Amino acid sequence: MSVALGVALAALTDLDGVPLPVLVGFGGAVGALGRYAVDVALGGGRRSTFAVNVLGSAALGALVTSSPHATTLAVAGTGFCGAFTTFSSFAVNVVEAASKENWRLAAVDAAGTLASALLGVALGTVLVGV
Amino acid sequence: MADRLVPVLVALGGFLGATSRYLVGTAVPGPRGTFVVNVLGSFVLALSIGVVRSSRLRFFLATGLLSSFTTYSTFAVETTSLGPTWGLANVGANYAFGFLAALLGLAAGRRFA
Repeated sequence: MSVALGVALAALTDLDGVPLPVLVGFGGAVGALGRYAVDVALGGGRRSTFAVNVLGSAALGALVTSSPHATTLAVAGTGFCGAFTTFSSFAVNVVEAASKENWRLAAVDAAGTLASALLGVALGTVLVGV
Repeated sequence: MADRLVPVLVALGGFLGATSRYLVGTAVPGPRGTFVVNVLGSFVLALSIGVVRSSRLRFFLATGLLSSFTTYSTFAVETTSLGPTWGLANVGANYAFGFLAALLGLAAGRRFA
């Protein structure tokens, strides 16, 4: 698992010399497209936001544990994982549920996303560490 | 109707949003920078819901730029690395101010509707 990940990530280190903001931008473009693809697959809404936030948090947890090259971290971490996940859509989902006085949904979304994302980070960290 | 331009708009917005987040991070490093982008992005995204009518502009600005400008993964990883006390403070700050920003943005956007 960690070897395959390492090989895949090593391929990205050929991008040395490209300015970091540009690398982050390309990772971000792919991350946003990935999030949009999940929206299309799951029909959008809070389920899609939950899915990308938990998956992306697990992926970033795994990535930072693998002590990545600066280039890899820029493309895959700050760029891809950063843009694949979203705080703003999550915040709007929670507030929209609360403003419809659906307090339970708002609380479940807020706490459930946090618990699942933190668990994802822990799982990603453990998987790479093995 | 399928709009072939949508993925291009999402990707372009994603590029700009992620790059802007990176630039904020160089000015304000660490969890504080993440807090800044999350609160600012939540306000503008919420505002855009009432203000932006064009579907294409919404894909570029909301799905692409603003959603990529803010981040949950970095917030979650930073929260973990901060330990229990500061981690809890980080969650409290992002959640309280992020939700407040979204609330204010939605309210401000309704005035345009």
